[in-house]
Amino acid sequence: MVKVALIGAGKMGLSHLSILGAHPGVDVVGVCDTSKMLTDFLSKHGKFNCFTDYQKMADEVKPDAVVVAVPTKFHYPVIKSLLERKISVFAEKPFCLNSEQGQELVHMAAKQKVVNQVGYHNKFIGTFSEVKRIVNSGALGKIYHFVGEAYGPVVIKPQSDTWRSDPTEGGGCLLDYASHVIDLINDVLAPVNAVKGSLLKSIYSKNVEDAVYSLLELSNGVSGVLSVNWSDETYRKMSTSITIAGTKGKIISDANELKVFLKDGASLKGYTKGWNLSYITDLTAPVDFYLRGEEYSAQMDYFIKAVDGKVPNSINTFQSAWYTDNAIELIKKSSK
Amino acid sequence: MERILFGDNQFFAVNHISDEKSRAQSIKFREDSAIIKTLDEVRSLGVNTFMCTTHDRIANICEVVRKHPEKYKDFQIYPCMPYAHKYANAVTELGIAGTIKQYVPGNLFGTMLKGGVAYLSKDFLSITELLIDAEMKMFKGVNTPVVFLQNVITDLLLGLRADDMLVGFYNHVKKKYNADAGFITMNMPKLLDVLERNGIENPIICSSINKVGFRMSGGKEIYEETLKTRKLRAIAMQVLGGGAIHPKEAIEYVCGLPNIESILFGASSKANIQNTIENIHHFDALNDRMVLS
Repeated sequence: MVKVALIGAGKMGLSHLSILGAHPGVDVVGVCDTSKMLTDFLSKHGKFNCFTDYQKMADEVKPDAVVVAVPTKFHYPVIKSLLERKISVFAEKPFCLNSEQGQELVHMAAKQKVVNQVGYHNKFIGTFSEVKRIVNSGALGKIYHFVGEAYGPVVIKPQSDTWRSDPTEGGGCLLDYASHVIDLINDVLAPVNAVKGSLLKSIYSKNVEDAVYSLLELSNGVSGVLSVNWSDETYRKMSTSITIAGTKGKIISDANELKVFLKDGASLKGYTKGWNLSYITDLTAPVDFYLRGEEYSAQMDYFIKAVDGKVPNSINTFQSAWYTDNAIELIKKSSK
Repeated sequence: MERILFGDNQFFAVNHISDEKSRAQSIKFREDSAIIKTLDEVRSLGVNTFMCTTHDRIANICEVVRKHPEKYKDFQIYPCMPYAHKYANAVTELGIAGTIKQYVPGNLFGTMLKGGVAYLSKDFLSITELLIDAEMKMFKGVNTPVVFLQNVITDLLLGLRADDMLVGFYNHVKKKYNADAGFITMNMPKLLDVLERNGIENPIICSSINKVGFRMSGGKEIYEETLKTRKLRAIAMQVLGGGAIHPKEAIEYVCGLPNIESILFGASSKANIQNTIENIHHFDALNDRMVLS
């Protein structure tokens, strides 16, 4: 059994806790949150051992691994103190609020030889893994353009202030929504290393952007467009998609549906000339416990297996999440 | 429960495989009258149960049903609560405590927040009961013999090991609404274990059951084994596996399984609705004949 603790039982934290609670290989040894209502609920109904001080929890219950789901501005101090104790860490996204802090944690995790992962769950979605496989196969020919998009109805009216509306705490569409798309582009194609120009638009929010439109250039020379808007109520929930155009074919994919156009059918096994359609139902492996999507269970299962030494710690590492933090910084700079 | 239950995903642009189809549905059903028209078609095909989430727009449907008591005298609704996106969006904006405060009627929760005292188990159960009552308001005067807890909450509580909250839902629905309580889940065998352990026998459980094993957590085999050997009133949903299976083949599989009391499905076009209903009747009749011979 892997001994796991949770810090931060908010929306994402509770979801992770439920998945951990149902995982046969996990012993949830502690939960930490500052809300008395939540810790009372979790200790009374779930019989969890609850704390309000995470350092005390770490020293008392000595977890092998900790899931960190506190607001982003607390990631750096919390993760640092866990790494000092040689505890493996799964952190929610985005990783850190600035690239220096992130870099320090990347080095520290390597030095302490602990498993490190960040919650960019798109990499555990079957359609997107297939996109990556097709790109790596070379079947699209020379890739010359991409469009990464995400739309959803998070802020659809002027609203009260929360940490999501405060840029110094990790709020805003760029950190919250666009980070997912940037991370996907980094992973499927290549890390963003230059930003040609960006528009950060506030639609309903006072202090943060609600939409991000940006021209990105990747380390392999490919360039493309980022278009993200969390104030779009024509979407029922977050919808992320990526379009990749090459000289021999094109891919349009979201989390449910993968459309592949190939000029030459022989270039990729299992695909034919022209349009090929496949669905998440064909591309997703079943999980043992389902809460909000296979990807949430799959990413946690992968983390637990990595802590247990059963899989390499190679998906969604601190390093890969740092590339996304870095791109976020570049986008911010280019918009000024 | 009726053999066939009609679902509501198509009305609210829920489509598990295509965002484009979901947008087309949202355009088709933008007027409440389009929903009513489809429900009337479904009734004309002999299906009188509408299983739906407690979406705001369902309140308008209930209003139509109340206004035409004679027309809808055999019609019944199985409410599924809560409409999770409403709360999820509120949590993003107001936090967990703020959301409860906004949706719990009266000032019970406000008093608790201010008090700074420890919360007792019965407090959480009372909050849950108030939330159930708030969701049930729109169904006043409508026949609702079974009330369901949505999978995202059932499964969240299951993983959090908050078994007594599941029992609390069951008891409140039975006592206050004189209705059966049902649970929607993506983890049917695991939920059945927990409900049985807590003294709930032969529970109504609605879960994905389909030939390709889509959203059947832990694998198709353990679901089939559970249906064969355990006691539950099973409802099969997502029988088409999100569209991955040929409709006829999909229905043949589900109709051939033991212990499935009802099949839940939704569709937008009359032709598709009619087709599915005919397929279910066809394979049920075939299986009956096999049993007799």
